[in-house]
Amino acid sequence: MLRNRWTKVLVFLLCLAPLGWMVARALGFGGGQTIIAIQGGKVTFNGGIEDALGNLTANPLEYVTHFTGDWTVRFIVFTLAVTPLRKLLHLPDLIRFRKMIGLFAFFYGCLHLSTWLFLDKLFDPAGMLQGMLKDVVKRPFITAGSAALLAMLPLAITSTTGWIRRLGGKRWQRLHRLVYFSGIAAVVHYYWLVKSDVRLPLMYGAMVAVLLAYRMGAWLISRSAKPAQKRTVPAVT
Amino acid sequence: MLIKKPADLRYSETTPKSVYMNRRKFLASVPAAALAGRELLSPSRGLATTKLPDLVKSPLSTDEKQNTLDQVTHYNNYYEFGTQKDQPAKYAANFKTDPWTVSVEGEVEKKRKFSMDEILKLAPLEERIYRHRCVERWSIVVPWIGYSLSALLKAVGPTSKAKYVAFETYWDLKQMPMATPERSGLQYPYVEGLRLDEAMHPLALLCVGMFGETLPPQDGAPVRLVVPWKYGFKSIKSIVKIKLVTSEPPTTWNISNAHEYGFYSNVNPNVDHPRWSQAKETRLPSPFANRPTQIFNGYGDQVASLYAGMDLKKNY
Repeated sequence: MLRNRWTKVLVFLLCLAPLGWMVARALGFGGGQTIIAIQGGKVTFNGGIEDALGNLTANPLEYVTHFTGDWTVRFIVFTLAVTPLRKLLHLPDLIRFRKMIGLFAFFYGCLHLSTWLFLDKLFDPAGMLQGMLKDVVKRPFITAGSAALLAMLPLAITSTTGWIRRLGGKRWQRLHRLVYFSGIAAVVHYYWLVKSDVRLPLMYGAMVAVLLAYRMGAWLISRSAKPAQKRTVPAVT
Repeated sequence: MLIKKPADLRYSETTPKSVYMNRRKFLASVPAAALAGRELLSPSRGLATTKLPDLVKSPLSTDEKQNTLDQVTHYNNYYEFGTQKDQPAKYAANFKTDPWTVSVEGEVEKKRKFSMDEILKLAPLEERIYRHRCVERWSIVVPWIGYSLSALLKAVGPTSKAKYVAFETYWDLKQMPMATPERSGLQYPYVEGLRLDEAMHPLALLCVGMFGETLPPQDGAPVRLVVPWKYGFKSIKSIVKIKLVTSEPPTTWNISNAHEYGFYSNVNPNVDHPRWSQAKETRLPSPFANRPTQIFNGYGDQVASLYAGMDLKKNY
């Protein structure tokens, strides 16, 4: 089933589902003001962007920021989980989805950044860049978040087969270990921004820790293993 | 139990659908005493609140656009009922606020326990429309109901030793399962405090209602404090104890993180929260953080003199 061409389409749609859910909520499906109405094949709009955002709780800025941020860290965890699951469940074909899931982590990260830029900073376009840089330097949680997303940029760019060829498998793999850093930085970003209830950031932190510990363990085993056994040991990816 | 209805009205005209579709749940949530009252079925979305009659319009009110009842009751910080904003509306729905007493003690001439009835009758109830600014950078405008806290304090007579007022929120793990340090990161019971001169300031409101009715549980029923020139967390909810004391009392958010939440916590665009700027705010439900924050939340004319000569950056 994992090899089926349609499985990839299905996973793609699943990855898009959180965004779809948020958009549906904004458009008024599931309560609130109905922004878009479809009647007899005719689509009518009954409100603008601000009305749509109004459907996303009393504080849409906070809602969209948290929603996109939550999904970014979740997709980083999903990406990091692919290799351990492949090895432990003996499902090598899971590799087909790793790139897509990783790119979705970057996608939700970009939405998260855009929310911050458009809703928080865009009202003052002249001071936007300055305000952004000031925040990045002055607020450690923003520094951590920016670093997490920035580290994902080269990974998104070099995610194609062409780039794997150009860099060579080994170098490509080494570069893509940057995602470990992104995972840690994203959790730190989350931990630093909550006011007092740290349960969720700790939960994601534990997940990232387990997934990284798996790699550390696999690496230690492969290092101490005799060359003849090397083939059976999970590779660190 | 018999609920009488006015002959010329049908339930469907006075009751939101969500209430009469959940009649059992609704009945379970309404204290028997409230059922006997005249104004049983409030027009507010499923809330077991009752109307407060004969309100005096206060000159201290702002004429800014008010937020809706729906916004004010479905976007709450009340960590005893969950740390997510939509949780208090769900988990406080059956919060039992009757009977209720507020014990006023410490450095006072007459220590006294007030019943809710006594509190409601201590002074004429006023409607005061205040700006409310959360430390999280959002603000709302709410038509609160109550009277100046000073009325209650004068009724008990602070002694000359009284310098501060300490407040305490009701704490009951059976009704507030989230109210533990493990589940919401705070120490309980929730405590707050004011300097005596702050507490005696006419703007400091002992609040028993909003939008013409008694307080819904998620907004701090049955009695709370509203201190409009300070960040929202100073406006302690569901008060059971008020103690006049000689030295600065501990306050919950300060215990949790002294570096970020000071005793004073006056709204101030020039003193940033260590993790975010306080220069601008989001007036809900706007999605944009584009409104300049006002010093003392716009109440500087009235309260700035309380802090004359004080370094507000140091005493944040």
